[in-house]
Amino acid sequence: MREGTFAPGRILVYLVVWLIAAAYLVPFAVVVLNSLRTAEEIAQTSMIGWPKQLAWNNYATAWADFCVAQTCAGIRPYMLNSALVTIPATVVSTLLGSIAGYAVSLWRFRGDRWIYGIVTLGIFLPQQMRLLPWTIVLRDIGLTNTLTGLVLIHTIQGLSFTVLFCRNYYIAIPQELIRAARIDGAGFYRIFWRIVLPLSPPILIVTVIWQFTHIWNEFLYGVTFTTGQQQPVTAALIALSAAVADIPQHGVQSAAVIIAALPTLLVYLLGGKYFVRGLTAGAVK
Amino acid sequence: MSALSICNVHKRFGSIEVLKGINLEMGSGEFTVLVGPSGCGKSSLLNIIAGLERQSSGSVEIGGRIVDGIPPKDRNIAMVFQSYALYPSMTVRQNITFGMECRNVPRAQRYEAVARVAKLLQIDALLDRKPGQLSGGQRQRVAMGRALVRDPLLFLFDEPLSNLDAQLRAEMRMEIKQLHQRLGSTIVYVTHDQIEAMTLATRIAVMRQGVVQQFADPETVYNRPANLFVARFMGAPPMNTLSARLEASSLGTVAVIGRDEAAMRFPVPAAAESWIGREVVLGIRPECIAEPTRYFSDAPGSVLTVSAAVEMIEPTGAETIVVLRVGDERALGRVSPDLQPRLGATARFAIDTRKINLFDPVSGDRIA
Amino acid sequence: MSEAVPAAARGSPPAALDLLRRLPEFLTIWVPLLLSAGHLVSFALWTIWVSFTPSTLVPVSGWTGMRNYTAVMATRNWQIAFDNLLVFGCGFVLLSLLTGLLLAILLDQRIRGENVLRSIFLYPMAVSFVVTGTVWSWLLNPGIGIQKLVNGLGWTSFRFDWLIDRDMAIWTVVIAAVWQSSGFAMALFLAGLRSVDADLIKAAQIDGAGPIRMYRRVILPTLWPITVTVVVIQLQFAITTFDLVRALTGGGPGIATQLPALVVYDFMFQRGLLARGAAAAVLMLLILLAVLLPYAAWRYVQHRQAAHA
Repeated sequence: MREGTFAPGRILVYLVVWLIAAAYLVPFAVVVLNSLRTAEEIAQTSMIGWPKQLAWNNYATAWADFCVAQTCAGIRPYMLNSALVTIPATVVSTLLGSIAGYAVSLWRFRGDRWIYGIVTLGIFLPQQMRLLPWTIVLRDIGLTNTLTGLVLIHTIQGLSFTVLFCRNYYIAIPQELIRAARIDGAGFYRIFWRIVLPLSPPILIVTVIWQFTHIWNEFLYGVTFTTGQQQPVTAALIALSAAVADIPQHGVQSAAVIIAALPTLLVYLLGGKYFVRGLTAGAVK
Repeated sequence: MSALSICNVHKRFGSIEVLKGINLEMGSGEFTVLVGPSGCGKSSLLNIIAGLERQSSGSVEIGGRIVDGIPPKDRNIAMVFQSYALYPSMTVRQNITFGMECRNVPRAQRYEAVARVAKLLQIDALLDRKPGQLSGGQRQRVAMGRALVRDPLLFLFDEPLSNLDAQLRAEMRMEIKQLHQRLGSTIVYVTHDQIEAMTLATRIAVMRQGVVQQFADPETVYNRPANLFVARFMGAPPMNTLSARLEASSLGTVAVIGRDEAAMRFPVPAAAESWIGREVVLGIRPECIAEPTRYFSDAPGSVLTVSAAVEMIEPTGAETIVVLRVGDERALGRVSPDLQPRLGATARFAIDTRKINLFDPVSGDRIA
Repeated sequence: MSEAVPAAARGSPPAALDLLRRLPEFLTIWVPLLLSAGHLVSFALWTIWVSFTPSTLVPVSGWTGMRNYTAVMATRNWQIAFDNLLVFGCGFVLLSLLTGLLLAILLDQRIRGENVLRSIFLYPMAVSFVVTGTVWSWLLNPGIGIQKLVNGLGWTSFRFDWLIDRDMAIWTVVIAAVWQSSGFAMALFLAGLRSVDADLIKAAQIDGAGPIRMYRRVILPTLWPITVTVVVIQLQFAITTFDLVRALTGGGPGIATQLPALVVYDFMFQRGLLARGAAAAVLMLLILLAVLLPYAAWRYVQHRQAAHA
């Protein structure tokens, strides 16, 4: 039956599935098209329509000229902020996560089950429970309203996920491998470097994709702990929307949205199955 | 009218031909075993009989009726799978009655049928449990119960015992054989285990790379294999296959192995006369090479005593397997555990010459 | 546990020296893990403590008992947020479950272009909730979105102004959230459908099950554990939703689409009532635990059952 033996049923399947697919694609298509239309066009016809001429300058404006709050430097500085926060936090949290995951699953030590349990419970603790404490901590170490502060937050919080992913992956490596290496005289670091790390590329890719996506797309911390020029692009988008409530410039705004969403979309398209693996791995808690 | 008739069935997957012209016929009540190494096509053939796959050409008849194009549920068959394939969310009772449910059989009838089958297989106590709560052997019985309750023309078994441990396998083998004898059902049974084939079948179809090598009763397949492949596949340890030369001698036709003084001469049937002067392959099973005091037969010329060097000894408790040097080659023999041959020494052995088979070294086919 | 070769065989160096030699390894293992675990526990406890103090603009000590909690729960903000959470939670989880299941079943039919379709249904998950919220706020805006388009096409009486309708606004959040997250449910369900034992399907075919019965009795029941997982994860997301609402409606019109996470933010950073904000955060945590604890208990019971079989 699943081999497709009834033709009219299969036509229905194709119809329904592509209809729903269209519903999924339409919002994206709308924004892309809008980013190429002028504000006047949109005001006349609506957000949904075909551009009369291609207003490529919307992108240029969004990138470098647009005014958000008081400054008129486009979305570029905020993209830079996001990059400066996301990339270091992703790299460091993945690295630390893989070493910790290895220590917990293969190296083993007293209390490893407990500490692992607490660390991964962090997936469930709502952000709201951590807002106030982070405010105090950042203030006390002088990192309020800095990108470094955000990097710190995302790195430490990311450990809950990265340790979970890496540990569940390393658990499948046979303990005999580690025992044989220890008998050969290898220590903690050498085993990690020579045996565990070479086996890690798949999970490292999954973890990096997951972390990059989550940190880049994150909003709450960005808007709480930074203001003005220091904000990541997600917070800037909200400020943008608020600022233009009186003089709509939906064309430029659409371009800004596309630019902001591009990095994670690209990671998604290139990451393919690794992206999905991250989703299912996160669900296996 | 035969219970199952397979006519010239071919199966192609793209450019790969998995079944190359299968012709088999079996009567009602027969237990046919399809045996062969993995990849020989036996599972594909079973799926085609069941209607789960379509053959590329050829036809299948069940109970005298051509079933090509008819879906599995209407072919009056039942199947037992290697992985049992019990519906995990349903109780044992529901598993067994699911087919009847699909056919809208009234509930009273369903329950009565389940009770009958459960009694036969001794699974009455398990009817309200779920498959996850059963042991391997119990699950296999439930799977058989599901098949039995359909009262089909044909039972299909797809390697049903492969997932069980050795002891359980032997027990279940016995049960299946008993069921067959009690119910007289027509069974097609797929396995890669030649012991199962030998113990269960009324006829064995040995398959290799999509072709049936031999289709005969176990005794024939074992003692008069159709070709070298069948000879080596059936029996453990496998048949000895040695290169030999046919010569004429005062005693009749002989197969000569080895040269000059070390040469051994084995009498062979007269039917092999036309091969005199040529190279052949001589096949003889290890149990036909035994200690010199072994009784094989009184018929004159049926027992040959030879001397051979013992290269290896493997005592198994019930017997001792010896590796002998015969000419330039090695042969296995199965001798009494009391013999205690010495490693490296030459000893005497009795050979049952009635069971000698000759094969064409090029085609592998049996000569005599 | 971590000694593969006994100390005696190595000619035991003094314990202190050994400890010193293993210090870097010790630090590498423990520092990140302690930072993570430590911050989780201490932050949670500290926030709970603050919720019992009279803190306003800065944290101060003092004990106020349950006053902050009762005060928060008495506000209209919170009550509307809680009601919205019920509507949003149930609506979103149900719809994304059904959509995800439907998509998974459709994709399971071995159709051509399956990979492309999968990519299409999943791409919203790669995008920030802020982006999703912003885009959908444009689409659902009656002045420039779908309503305007349809009106412009001639159907002038068409109305789709849920975004500014106090009673219906929460459903716009549901729509946007379902659009974003159904792909997740689909991905998990598809994996489950694909992992059904092939022999089970064959057995059902021989038993004579048609396509509907096959799905209903044989295939879907095996998806039960996945369904529970999806529900729990989606509920967790629903309870802590902040980004999406902020971008889509900002909590409006007025306070019609308030949700607990926004209330917390409102108390903490817009009104400068830290203790009330902390209390609201703890209330959120309690709601979350009301979902997670039964789930954990259910998993535990399952483990015990599996161990018995």
